[in-house]
Amino acid sequence: MSENKIDNNSLSFCQPSEVDLQKRDFLVKATAATGAVGVAAVAVPFVGSMLPSERAKAAGAPVEVDISKLKPGEKMTAEWRGQPVWIVRRTPEMLAKLVKHDDQLSDPNLEVPQQPEYCKNKDRSIKPEFAVMLGTCTHLGCSPNDNFAVTAEWDGGFVCPCHGSKFDLSGRVFKGSPAPKNLLIPPHQYLTDTTLLIGEDKKAEA
Amino acid sequence: MATTKKTTAAGVLGWVDARFPLTSTIKGHLTEYYAPKNFNFWYFFGSLALLVLVLQIVTGIFLTMNYKPDAELAFASVEYIMRDVFGGNIIRYMHSTGASMFFVVVYLHMFRGIIYGSYRTPRELIWLFGVGIFLVLMGEAFFGYLLPWGQMSYWGAQVIVNLFSTVPFIGPDLSEWLRGDYLVSDATLNRFFAFHVIALPLVLLGLVAVHIVALHEVGSNNPDGVEIKATKDKATGIPLDGIPFHPYYSVKDLVGVVVFLMVFFAIVFFMPEMGGYFLEANNFVPADPLKTPAHIAPVWYFTPYYSILRAVPPIGISQFPGVVAMGLSVVAFAFLPWLDKSPVKSIRYRGSLYKRWLAAFVVSFVILGYLGTVPGDIWGQFGPWLGRADRATVLARVCSVVYFAFFVLMPWFTKKDQTKPVPERVTY
Repeated sequence: MSENKIDNNSLSFCQPSEVDLQKRDFLVKATAATGAVGVAAVAVPFVGSMLPSERAKAAGAPVEVDISKLKPGEKMTAEWRGQPVWIVRRTPEMLAKLVKHDDQLSDPNLEVPQQPEYCKNKDRSIKPEFAVMLGTCTHLGCSPNDNFAVTAEWDGGFVCPCHGSKFDLSGRVFKGSPAPKNLLIPPHQYLTDTTLLIGEDKKAEA
Repeated sequence: MATTKKTTAAGVLGWVDARFPLTSTIKGHLTEYYAPKNFNFWYFFGSLALLVLVLQIVTGIFLTMNYKPDAELAFASVEYIMRDVFGGNIIRYMHSTGASMFFVVVYLHMFRGIIYGSYRTPRELIWLFGVGIFLVLMGEAFFGYLLPWGQMSYWGAQVIVNLFSTVPFIGPDLSEWLRGDYLVSDATLNRFFAFHVIALPLVLLGLVAVHIVALHEVGSNNPDGVEIKATKDKATGIPLDGIPFHPYYSVKDLVGVVVFLMVFFAIVFFMPEMGGYFLEANNFVPADPLKTPAHIAPVWYFTPYYSILRAVPPIGISQFPGVVAMGLSVVAFAFLPWLDKSPVKSIRYRGSLYKRWLAAFVVSFVILGYLGTVPGDIWGQFGPWLGRADRATVLARVCSVVYFAFFVLMPWFTKKDQTKPVPERVTY
């Protein structure tokens, strides 16, 4: 093995005077940059795997709801994308009260686009009798409770159990609530007089 | 280089020592690690935190043997553990009680660090690693709380994940990415399980290791805030006020362990739900994505920060300020080493100004903690002169201001404070 003995003086790369520092610097940077690109590339599938899957996206299909059995002054809940969608059949008395408390609301004129264009009207609905809205508080996503009993100070509406946000029967938020926006109205349309399709409107079909 | 290291031990130990730093590690961290001789009961909580960590890992491993991280099966599998698995109820209650006791012990451990100035030079890094442990622990508790898939699990996760949707611009996409769905669902449960049982525990163990390595590098602080390494025996180089961790403090800590386990198992056996504070009643109802329980609140150890979140009013239509305030209230502890300008470390030598501020902070913390467990309108509203604001919300706002003032004004009141002279050596 003596012929393989390493002689330090014969190894040119060990001589500091002959090291091309510029070249070394370039190689270090090039290696680091290539490595960084590799890390970024491999991060794509890992970060992407946490996005909603194709199956989760497919579950967001529109749902049909039969509203023929809904009585005046009552509310029913449909499930769309796993979230509650409320349909409230409002009585004429309820509708009359809705126009009287605009001054107590954060956004009475529906400036924030929390509804499709066809619901940007005084009743926030296609047919004034039926209000359709996502039963998910715009604060932190809890589902508000019904509070339809009218008192001297309360015209009937919804109160969120989590942080006390208050909404009227059109889903408009009262001032002083932690919720910043009115309840969201999902795209919807009437297939017949008593059948609602939630999740798709006529505009989307056209 | 020598072929084998010289070792003092003979036989198997000598053979190992030539290949692995066994004896030197035991000496450096236990038998020849010199800790100040004036430790009081506050110094139990570090070793107790380590004990609870071990308890959580062991009970957690046994729980995963029967738990199913599937939205259809999770709730029933927890009930199966409780009813049909031999010893399952004990193991599960040890894990759920351990979670709360972890925070009890860690909060006391942190308070010890604050009153004795353990975060001051040269222990800033120990403190920062500790804040890291605290943050990971909060994540661990949050992810774990979703796993039983009860109503509180579900709606708690819904609220916390939605906090991220308030981040300007990227918020809604960010929370969707965290959930892996448009709402908290099976995908969310599955990934929270992965975070809870492997991702965060690995980070936690790493942080605990560097926390202890950093501590043993600079040496422990003590109730006097005196550096014992400043006064060493000239012959041996050992601090005059230091005693070996083992056997002196290992035996002392054993007493703490016995007392702790008496309390711990009293809770596990007789009141594992702790009147709804450790396990909330609504979590014995399966998760229902269409119905929020009438009153939702986080578990007690999160409530001070949750109160701050609720107390901050929205700016315009953005909830982000409240979320930022909550985040800051937790992260604020990391800045203590640089906010404290006092010439002394320990509360023993501080003046009344500091003590009053600390008392105000502790009182605010406790009040915020209580208010976070109850609805915002629990005490009704003020009259029209205060805009009919909720009484509890106004109190939470006052306490939030005191909470942040403790940190923000610390450079001022620690400098102005009338301190007392610090002795050369430790006292009792």
